[in-house]
Amino acid sequence: MKRSEPNPKANKNILRLAYVVAGIFVCMLLYLGYFIQFESGTAINNTYNPRVNLLAEKVVRGKILSADGQVLARTVTADDGTETREYPFGNLYAHVVGYTEKGRTGIESMTNFYLLTSHVNLIEQIVNEFSGTKNLGDNVVTTLDSRLQQTAYDLLGDRRGAVVVMEPDTGKILAMVSKPDYDPNTVAAQWESLTADEQGEARLLNRATQGLYAPGSTFKILTLLEYIREHPDDYENFHFDCDGTYENGEYQIRCYQGEAHGSQDLSQAFANSCNGAFASMGLELDLKQYADLADQLLYNQPLPLALPYNKSSYSMTEGADTWEVLQTAIGQGKTQVTPIHQLMITSAIANGGTLMKPYVVDHLENAGGQTIKKFMPSAYGELLSASEAEQLTEYMRQVVETGTGSAVRTDAYTVAGKTGSAEFETGKETHAWFTGFAPAEDPKIAVTVIVEESGSGGRVAAPIARGIFDAYFSR
Amino acid sequence: MTILVLESSKYLMIFFMLVYAYLNFRFFGVKYDIRRKKLCRRQNQLMFLIHFLGYLSLYLNRNDETILVFYLAQVIFLGVYMTLSKLFYRNISRLLLNNMCLLISVGLLILTRLNMERATRQFAIIVVSAVFSWIIPFIVDRVWQLSRIPWLYGVLGLVLLAVVCVAGITSYGAKMTLELGSFSFQPAEFVKISFVFFVATMFYRATDFKTVCITTAMAAGHVLILVLSKDLGNGLIFFLTYIFMLFVATSNYLYLGAGLTAGGAAAVLAYRLFPHVQTRVQAWLDPWSDVADKGYQIAQSLFAIGTGGWFGMGLDQGIPEKIPVVEKDFVISAIAEEMGGIFAVCLILICLGCFLQFMMIAARMQAVFYKLIAFGLGCEYIIQVFLTVGGAVKFIPLTGMTLPLVSYGGSSIVGTFILFQVIQGLYILKRNEEEEDEEERTQSKSK
Repeated sequence: MKRSEPNPKANKNILRLAYVVAGIFVCMLLYLGYFIQFESGTAINNTYNPRVNLLAEKVVRGKILSADGQVLARTVTADDGTETREYPFGNLYAHVVGYTEKGRTGIESMTNFYLLTSHVNLIEQIVNEFSGTKNLGDNVVTTLDSRLQQTAYDLLGDRRGAVVVMEPDTGKILAMVSKPDYDPNTVAAQWESLTADEQGEARLLNRATQGLYAPGSTFKILTLLEYIREHPDDYENFHFDCDGTYENGEYQIRCYQGEAHGSQDLSQAFANSCNGAFASMGLELDLKQYADLADQLLYNQPLPLALPYNKSSYSMTEGADTWEVLQTAIGQGKTQVTPIHQLMITSAIANGGTLMKPYVVDHLENAGGQTIKKFMPSAYGELLSASEAEQLTEYMRQVVETGTGSAVRTDAYTVAGKTGSAEFETGKETHAWFTGFAPAEDPKIAVTVIVEESGSGGRVAAPIARGIFDAYFSR
Repeated sequence: MTILVLESSKYLMIFFMLVYAYLNFRFFGVKYDIRRKKLCRRQNQLMFLIHFLGYLSLYLNRNDETILVFYLAQVIFLGVYMTLSKLFYRNISRLLLNNMCLLISVGLLILTRLNMERATRQFAIIVVSAVFSWIIPFIVDRVWQLSRIPWLYGVLGLVLLAVVCVAGITSYGAKMTLELGSFSFQPAEFVKISFVFFVATMFYRATDFKTVCITTAMAAGHVLILVLSKDLGNGLIFFLTYIFMLFVATSNYLYLGAGLTAGGAAAVLAYRLFPHVQTRVQAWLDPWSDVADKGYQIAQSLFAIGTGGWFGMGLDQGIPEKIPVVEKDFVISAIAEEMGGIFAVCLILICLGCFLQFMMIAARMQAVFYKLIAFGLGCEYIIQVFLTVGGAVKFIPLTGMTLPLVSYGGSSIVGTFILFQVIQGLYILKRNEEEEDEEERTQSKSK
């Protein structure tokens, strides 16, 4: 073989490339290390990870606690080693905490891996490992406030519907009730009847996050905002004469119970929830922008929520006929919304336009009570501008001060809110809505209530919100 | 008691692996031959210890005597192979030999864990490959005509790939396999080697513009046929290897820049043209939004790695079999799940160590032909490792490659054996030369 002299730079280039490759590998290994150290905990906590059952063999499932330390779920081990999951409060936390037999739901499902991961101290773990004893899993401390949960539960009573409460400035969910409910302690035993659901009650459904309802007059918040956006200079000149029925060609829009509101400016029309005023307003709107606003406020969008939910839908597009516009502007028509989504819009208004991601798990602690991981509030983004939020707050204040929300009017604190009475089937009572927050000038708590087939929002839903505000501010 | 042994084995294996990987890099800092030999002997012991503890764990978990028999067969094979290699090739690189055997032993261990039947088959192929590839260093050392037949390599490679493209069997969307009777193999694994030989012979003769054009055309032919067979992973390996070889042969940054730009453009084009490329990229960017379907493979891999953590679940204590094609594409995830993240990281470092050694050999070779061969084969090897591991840990999109010597797959084993033995041949050739030089020098001195 002839010993041809290679070009002199060849070796240098070979080494350079070798360094580059080594560098890339170091990056890859760092990435892998980062994943194992920091991300794997979140990643493996996934319903699709089949390794759960393996962990359950080595770890006793941890407890689920309320923010104030009440035990919402715990695992009891009998002398023969059989484990039972107990829910001391029975139906009270059914939907939000969920169950672990027959599949998993709620927080039980969301935090499955955390509950089955043990952070008892290393020495104890090693001793346990060698002696074959199970480690105690981590406890999940929720953001749920047991007093508010109980209040919401009692106030909703036997009626169907949902109540959700959250802190607008953090996103912490303080209470979440859905009815009708079930007892998670006996869910396996009653599985047949719960799933057969002969009465059409859908007891297993978490109405707070999955129930889709017509928004009714609560949707006027969007209509109002869109109107203000399109008439930045003269929206205050809005005027409407209400005689109880608004007629447009062959179409008629009636106010609730046919009440004639008389001469209305924008604030009065909103406070009195005048259907005629808002229907006529709808006809003036740019439907493209209107639809864009709905999307901005997370209609048709995935919600930043870890619990299972349904997407709200808003389907009106440009070129919709007059009837659809009239209906949509007052929250009837095809629009559908979940209570949690309603609460998120309300909270964003309360929080200067910025939506905080709602969350129910506050932190994880090991069996000894040491905090393992803290979940911090995080912003989803700005749904509307701060000045718009301020304007809407003022309009919502008037609803409570002078309009349909009088049931929450009190000297103890100020409330901003909106009622709704959503028609869903002719001849049946309307779904009653209330969504609002308090104190209006420095919001601490936001509440959304829906009571199915029960009458007007102001009469049925608002008092429940009032009870929750009272409970919150009386401490 | 059994638990005690199992638990201790898990941590001991990690510890031994750490020491092994450390020694692998420590080697380069050691000057004297005797010390180097000593270090290699220690590596040897560590390898057999890891291998022993692994099989002990499997045996204790399963109480199956066939595992013991299989273990003994492997020990005998590894022992005999290493001893004979060192005996026959006095100047063999012991470090490389060690690493090869370590990768094989870890591969067999995890395969036994995953699928006994496949492990047995793999072992048989390894034994046969070991026997037949035995002669390769000898040929490389003696037969200098190897550098004279570029067109044989080039045309042979193209024809083989073309046959696969036309008559190959499709699996996972790509045509990679040829079937001859009951015997099936993946020609690309062998064309990889002939391809490097082709490029090396061409550039050994000349690196003028004309030669570069001709060689590039041939290389493009290889890559295009692979792309047509939808074997994009191998296409990428061939492509990058060629660009790097061209760069090293010519030291011309223009070629490197043009090549990488063209590659980038081709990648964008592939993304636009092939829906399955888009799927993979999306699954890479966000596997979690569609875990049930598109993100399934990568999510399962990450579940395995994440659940295993740094120390692993212990052999037989996890469920790596839930990952699709775990024996091939995701063998590193299975290793991470059961033997631990640290163990997996060490294994990857050892692969990187092999590559660095290839590069050193390439740098030491004086003849362009040999230099380019060592460099090209090294590139192919490390790119494949990168694609496999990077895909499994979600560093890059999945390409569906195998981890050489560790993953299950006959052609891959045979191909990698040839690759390592060619490099051994170069190493031996160089060492023999150096020895001759030294003898000459001492003789001339004594005169």
